[in-house]
Amino acid sequence: MTSLDITSSSDVVTPGDAVLSFTDLEVTFGTEFGDVHAVKGVSLEVHPGEVVALVGESGSGKSVTSTTALGLLPGNARVSGTVRVGDKVVGDLDQAGLRKMRGNDIAMVFQEPMTALNPVLTIGDQLTEALQLHGIAYGSQAMARAAELLRMVGIPEPERRLKQYPHELSGGQRQRVVIAMAISCDPKVIVADEPTTALDVTVQADILDLLRSLKDKLDTGILLITHNMGVVADMADRVAVMLKGDLVETGTAEQVLTDPQHEYTRRLLGAVPHLGAGAGQSDVAAAEHAGTRSPALVLDNLVIEYHRLGRRPFRAVDDVSFTVDQGEIVGLVGESGSGKSTIGKCALGLIPAVAGGVNILGEDFAALNRKQLKALRRRIGVVFQDPAASINPRFPVGEAVAEPLVVHQVGDQKSRQKRVMELLDAVELPRSFYNRYPHELSGGQRQRVSIARALTLEPELLVADEPTSALDVSVQASVLELFTSLQQQFGFACLFVSHDLAVIDMLAHKVVVLQNGRIVEQGDRDTVLRNPREDYTKRLLAAAPVPDPLEQKQRRDDRHRLLAELGDEVVELRVGD
Amino acid sequence: MTDAETVAIEEKSYSQGQLVRRRFFRHKGAIVAMVVLAVVVLVAFTSIGIGPIPGWWDKNPFSQYEKIGTGAPTWAHPFGQDTIGKDYFALVMLGTQKSIIIALGVGLISTLIGTVIGAFAGYYRGWVESALMRLTDLLIVIPLLVLAAVLGKIASPWGIWGLTLMLGLVTWTGLARLVRGEVLSLRERDFVVAATAVGTGARRIIFKHVLPNAVGTIIVSATLAISAAILLETSLSFLGFGVQPPDTSLGRLISDYQTAFTTRPWLFWWPGLMILAIALSVNFIGDGLRDAFDPRQNRTKA
Repeated sequence: MTSLDITSSSDVVTPGDAVLSFTDLEVTFGTEFGDVHAVKGVSLEVHPGEVVALVGESGSGKSVTSTTALGLLPGNARVSGTVRVGDKVVGDLDQAGLRKMRGNDIAMVFQEPMTALNPVLTIGDQLTEALQLHGIAYGSQAMARAAELLRMVGIPEPERRLKQYPHELSGGQRQRVVIAMAISCDPKVIVADEPTTALDVTVQADILDLLRSLKDKLDTGILLITHNMGVVADMADRVAVMLKGDLVETGTAEQVLTDPQHEYTRRLLGAVPHLGAGAGQSDVAAAEHAGTRSPALVLDNLVIEYHRLGRRPFRAVDDVSFTVDQGEIVGLVGESGSGKSTIGKCALGLIPAVAGGVNILGEDFAALNRKQLKALRRRIGVVFQDPAASINPRFPVGEAVAEPLVVHQVGDQKSRQKRVMELLDAVELPRSFYNRYPHELSGGQRQRVSIARALTLEPELLVADEPTSALDVSVQASVLELFTSLQQQFGFACLFVSHDLAVIDMLAHKVVVLQNGRIVEQGDRDTVLRNPREDYTKRLLAAAPVPDPLEQKQRRDDRHRLLAELGDEVVELRVGD
Repeated sequence: MTDAETVAIEEKSYSQGQLVRRRFFRHKGAIVAMVVLAVVVLVAFTSIGIGPIPGWWDKNPFSQYEKIGTGAPTWAHPFGQDTIGKDYFALVMLGTQKSIIIALGVGLISTLIGTVIGAFAGYYRGWVESALMRLTDLLIVIPLLVLAAVLGKIASPWGIWGLTLMLGLVTWTGLARLVRGEVLSLRERDFVVAATAVGTGARRIIFKHVLPNAVGTIIVSATLAISAAILLETSLSFLGFGVQPPDTSLGRLISDYQTAFTTRPWLFWWPGLMILAIALSVNFIGDGLRDAFDPRQNRTKA
């Protein structure tokens, strides 16, 4: 496969020499089952003050490529080609040279700030470590520098924060600390591996603002690895698209995102759910069923608390009321910690309510005995976020899908097998998958199995807890499409929990917005997502990036204006104050 | 989009069991140990036969034969003869048979009890867990050898089967704790939550969903329990609390002939070697199984 460079020569911006360059990089991993060719001849440059986005699905080799720059690949990897960081060739350095290079010349921002920080060391210890290792500052001087770094990334009261542990900070603040660590030794280039994937959408927007000001003010080069096209549009100057270890397309962000040349890039962009363009769900379908039977799910002033040892209980859901009618998809949106998954679990009867009523398909959950509960559960299906975790790894696909039939003693061996085959057809999986094990399937296929299992007993209510957030964009698109068509075919009611507004926009009839366990706003999709009344909803909507650089720039400016209106300040790197 | 997804499927696929088997057969130590153990078991059971079934060895462990010299190993008596002229090869084979039966029996019983108790404690939590785990603690704080000696003495009228049962009843504690820990983490996994949400009963979840996923831990501990049981039986018999005459076992043989150690060392070495061979190979197999079940521990072979 040849690399398709659509950068026209006049557009090339080369402010100085590249701070990071890959030339004909090839990486091969020796595994139990023979060699895996992960990267097949990638050439790429990052210049100072430039953001290069490396885009591709999981397994395309984008993280492997970036890891070679730090010389951090595992022992079974073989690398050929040259990787230059500044004027150093990574392959020529010994261990001591590599250690000196890491931090000084190149630094990394990781995906999950909770695991990137050591939970038993204070923020101060971790920030000063790099400073002392590289001989930049020691003792109280290092502490002062650390406080300055924290102030730069916009963490209030830095002196106090230095004495705190990672768990005492919020996710966004933790990622700021990781960024502060990355810039502590003033590196020439930063590798940011999915820096915002684990964060909420509003926090993501803040972190992206911070990274953008970083390259503007410190002239750092950034290699941004992401699968989120919205983030690319928001941040990148240039984009490189990877497919199965090959670079298939490079160009400026505008060229690649608005006028993609390679067929794969076009498919990737086409699959991105676009906020505001959602017309996937016809509103007619819901109206047909409404009013004929009792609603599928009624939550009435629901309160859920988690008991904590030695402290007063934590109120995860507070006074929440909404209704899911038959044949209707209700989208439950909120950031992490808003209690949306808790409500989903409660609707499945897995968590008891402290106060208020949960009425499912006309039955009061709390008043049922064990037998009635089992009978009711027959009528509820569930799809979880991570299909790898939600299917028993010891069960072949056929058995996993048939499990609900066995539990409820429906039919015999033969009719069960027939039913499983029908369901495999319905979720567009080949029937030969019957005897396969989950670990042999890709993420999208596993989620299809998971959906098939949820539909086995033809449920009247389906609870879907972030069913697509663990999937790649293109896979997500096909799963959502399948989901919509299945919903129209089977006509089940659905409580769809998600943090992604664009996904909700694609398929929900009604939207409920949650914040800190309380409902902020609810109503028809069009009302909530097009004409939001509440500030919080507006903020959420403004923070969701779209995969078009020009439109995204517009949205970014709009968001900054909105923040100014609401009295918040825009996050940026504070240098020299 | 499915064309991109199916690519991975066309390669040869392995089920989890196949993967484990593949990794196990790459572990050279474990394979050698399996062969050694198989040979020991085969020879022990075919040479003098079991019960009424005769074996290929022409001498039996109970008759006295004419002594050749001091009774040192000869072609007629490869393991030598004891003080009164019994064929020591036949005796050692009989002892090996009994020791293996006891070890396997103890391994089986303790694994069964440990798994069930650990699984119920881990899954149900609450008072069930408290009760079961305090019982486990109680058994752990009593010195194993003393408890086994007392119970072994009580069970002595039922021969080696009684001893097997008693040893099984006191050695399950370690496994119960391991399984409980494993179940505690497994019960929070999404597939268990998914099963609960479908309406699956607790028993089915434990035995169909949770325990099969803990099978690695269980099998590995079971093999190690077997080798521990051999040593425990040997110690007990050596102290005189284990296998009682007319039955014999490897530990019993050593104890019976301990006074002959300086004059007729073969009476000591042969049963000792058998104990060593069995315990070592079982341990090696356990090692191989652990590596096979937990590929993350694998050292990379680049």
